[in-house]
Amino acid sequence: MSDTLVPITTKKDWSSDQEVRWCPGCGDYSILSAAQLLMPELGIKREDTVFVSGIGCAARFPYYMNTYGMHTIHGRAPAIATGLALARPDLHVFVVSGDGDALSIGGNHLIHALRRNVNITILLFNNQIYGLTKGQYSPTSELGKVTKSTPFGSLDQPFNPISVALGAEATFVARTHDMDRQHMMDTFRQAFEHKGSTLVEIYQNCNVFNDGAFEGITARQVREDMLIPLRHGEPIRFGADGAKGVVLDPQRGAQIVDVADVGEDALLVHDAQRPDPGVAFILSRIATGPHEPTPIGVFRAVERQEYGQAVNHQLAAAQEQRGPGDLGALLRSGATWDVA
Amino acid sequence: MQLTGDRFTTSSALYGNDLATLPDFPAEIRAPAGTLAGVSAFQVHISDHDITTPGDAPTVLVAMNPAALHSQLERVEPGATVIINVDAFDDRSLTKAGYDANPLEDNSLDAYTVYEVPMTSLTKGAVQPLGVKPRDAERSKNFFALGLVTWMYTRPVEKTIDWIQERFASKPLVAAANLAAFKAGHAFGETAELFDHPYEVKPAVLPAGTYTNVTGNTALSWGLIAASQLSKLPLFLGSYPITPASDILHELSKHKNFGVRTFQAEDEIAGIGAAVGAAYGGHLGITTTSGPGMALKAETMGLAVNLELPLIIIDVQRGGPSTGLPTKTEQADLLMAYYGRHGEAPLPIVAPKSPSHCFEVAIEAARLALKWRTPVILLSDGYLANGTEPWRLPDVADLPDLTVEFATEANHVDDETGTRAFWPYLRDPETLARPWALPGTPDLMHRIGGLEKQDGTGNVDYDPVNHEKMVHIRQAKIDGIAAHIPDVEVTGDVDEADILVVGWGSTWGAIDGAVARVRAAGHRAAATHLVHLNPFPRNLGDVLRRYPRVLVPELNLGQLAHQLRAEFLVDAKSVNKVRGLPFTASELEQAILDHLGGLL
Repeated sequence: MSDTLVPITTKKDWSSDQEVRWCPGCGDYSILSAAQLLMPELGIKREDTVFVSGIGCAARFPYYMNTYGMHTIHGRAPAIATGLALARPDLHVFVVSGDGDALSIGGNHLIHALRRNVNITILLFNNQIYGLTKGQYSPTSELGKVTKSTPFGSLDQPFNPISVALGAEATFVARTHDMDRQHMMDTFRQAFEHKGSTLVEIYQNCNVFNDGAFEGITARQVREDMLIPLRHGEPIRFGADGAKGVVLDPQRGAQIVDVADVGEDALLVHDAQRPDPGVAFILSRIATGPHEPTPIGVFRAVERQEYGQAVNHQLAAAQEQRGPGDLGALLRSGATWDVA
Repeated sequence: MQLTGDRFTTSSALYGNDLATLPDFPAEIRAPAGTLAGVSAFQVHISDHDITTPGDAPTVLVAMNPAALHSQLERVEPGATVIINVDAFDDRSLTKAGYDANPLEDNSLDAYTVYEVPMTSLTKGAVQPLGVKPRDAERSKNFFALGLVTWMYTRPVEKTIDWIQERFASKPLVAAANLAAFKAGHAFGETAELFDHPYEVKPAVLPAGTYTNVTGNTALSWGLIAASQLSKLPLFLGSYPITPASDILHELSKHKNFGVRTFQAEDEIAGIGAAVGAAYGGHLGITTTSGPGMALKAETMGLAVNLELPLIIIDVQRGGPSTGLPTKTEQADLLMAYYGRHGEAPLPIVAPKSPSHCFEVAIEAARLALKWRTPVILLSDGYLANGTEPWRLPDVADLPDLTVEFATEANHVDDETGTRAFWPYLRDPETLARPWALPGTPDLMHRIGGLEKQDGTGNVDYDPVNHEKMVHIRQAKIDGIAAHIPDVEVTGDVDEADILVVGWGSTWGAIDGAVARVRAAGHRAAATHLVHLNPFPRNLGDVLRRYPRVLVPELNLGQLAHQLRAEFLVDAKSVNKVRGLPFTASELEQAILDHLGGLL
């Protein structure tokens, strides 16, 4: 980490000189803009920030940030970022990934990065389609999806990324969407400030191959009724005047109710810090897809030892106990004999 | 049996013998006892002079059961001594080992000097008074055998006694039982009058210095730690457990006080990926694996070629393809090391020639990686990994300086605007290496990646001419290393040999022994051994063309020979063996004689 003061910067300072090459109208633009707007507010320096990506449309992201960056290979960004974060705990390491990159070819790396709780912020752009390879179904595409590779409809049960992350022992799991810059910035900020691996799923529109996939819940005119904002410590309510809410029924799990019917006290108070991820998991299952009222915000944010810190503690303890390594002594650590 | 073999080796080393070992064990952790597949063997060659192989044919075989006798007798020549644990030769064990008749009764061992020793019952007799249960008592019989051969070869006993007590300190009863069995075996040798006389193998006359006995995996691990110290870069190992490479992960994970970070990744790909990430952050990034893992890492190696970051990839080769022979040695990953990536993706390849040589070659791999900012493949193998030899310890002060300079400031000025910029692909004119600018360095923010880079700026560039230029630059960078590595040395009848034997990797010992024998028999033969396989040393072509015959022994179907023929248009002939075992010197002696025809 450079040891100078953090200079005051603007969005422009965090934007690289490279021409952005996503399709016009792509949801990635608004995500990039939200990130570039947020960075000056985080109190960090550009040179201490690294964006690591895999392959896919989203993976071009690092080229557009005036920070350090690595555009690597398909699915492997969490593993590569893990190595960087372990080697350099002074850096702020972000991973930018997509639904194919993170959940299909890189699914193994994603779950292991999450369970280890290594200090990386993972932004998962979920557009429920393969964009860069021109329109095949992805691991988050809905069952029955007709695409170039599934002309008779997809037979694959999709992943719910939030459920996957919660099942993978993640300490921070959140969802936002590309139509609400302020919500993205708030969510990214909380993810950044969390110590450990964080997963932010971003519903992102691919206007070429899967246009309008999230329109039914994220469009301005429906948002109020279709997005369920999760706010830690507050009863879960949504709809006009908060007329609807979520209750936890012991038999049927999370249920959407009219607040007038059950009374405000019956509503589930969102507790993102609950040690057991069970309730967060139930919340992640309220909607079966982006066509029903869908929770957004932070599902889970719990404290657990950050992996890189634990690694460094072991190193420091070893040096304290045994002193710094002595190569000559190491070579003589087995049985030795002298020949005159 | 591996433990007792190892202990006999150590006591021989401490006594001052030169030695070489060949552990040979099954892939199964607890292979069915008494079956041919379950035999765990340990071959050790001790000598009063400098030796380079674990020996052609043992002069003494200790067979603990019929399966051991059945599977190992073919390694032993007629006239050899065979010591047999006769207690284990019951009908059931004989059948299990595939014997129709008891070899102790059918004269089939007449060609050998056989000693039948009731090791199991003598062991039980020695340890049961200590209160050891009968079933546990039998477990100490390997220590009885160790005691017996310790007497036969007049090894000092004190250090082995200390070692047993130390090794089993947490289980006092086991320590006492093993000690009693060891002493009983030793006493049996002394008093039984079965043996004519003990053998005496005097200490070897070796160059002065302090010695230790190391396996290749240990020497390699220490070499990597040395490279980290010499380069002043923290060591980062990203690895996934795989036989026979895991011991490097185990060894390195012990040495956190050297600032060593070991990361046991979720898979082979993550192992190398994490090492690449650490390298971007300024660490000495290393990944260790064996053949199947190499296949999985291929895509990330290609990325590292494009990123032009230092990285060390260690492949401890084993029998393949696929899972193959996990615990057995082979050299069949050479062509994968050269070509096993998509696109034109050259990288340096080095290979150690003996267990202790792994130390030096690990440092050399780091030198190449760091100076040329490139991934480097180091090819070890199962025989080097587990085999041991005495190693004269180097003076740490004599090891090379591997200090690296990181980029700290802009390296390009725009002609028109005069603005200064950092170009991540602006190269060192001598090495063609690109600058290594670490995250955290102000004003040098840059993006690297797998997409083709524009020469100089490092921006993404799909221009056809630029791509061709970059392919040539990456090749020229690796080719240029040839000017900075030592020429190959020729040994033997350097000036007038009728045959040149060319080796690489672990075949060195057997080649050295074989060439010495044919020369002793009056033939004119020379040998050379390649440590650098890519690029080749600059004098290699001249050396190959100097001799009328070129013979290349390899534990594969002729992979180096293929390269030499392609590169130098010489009629290199192959000698091949793919049995999961190293060459013996006598096998190569015969091969050399065959290729010399009737010359003499």
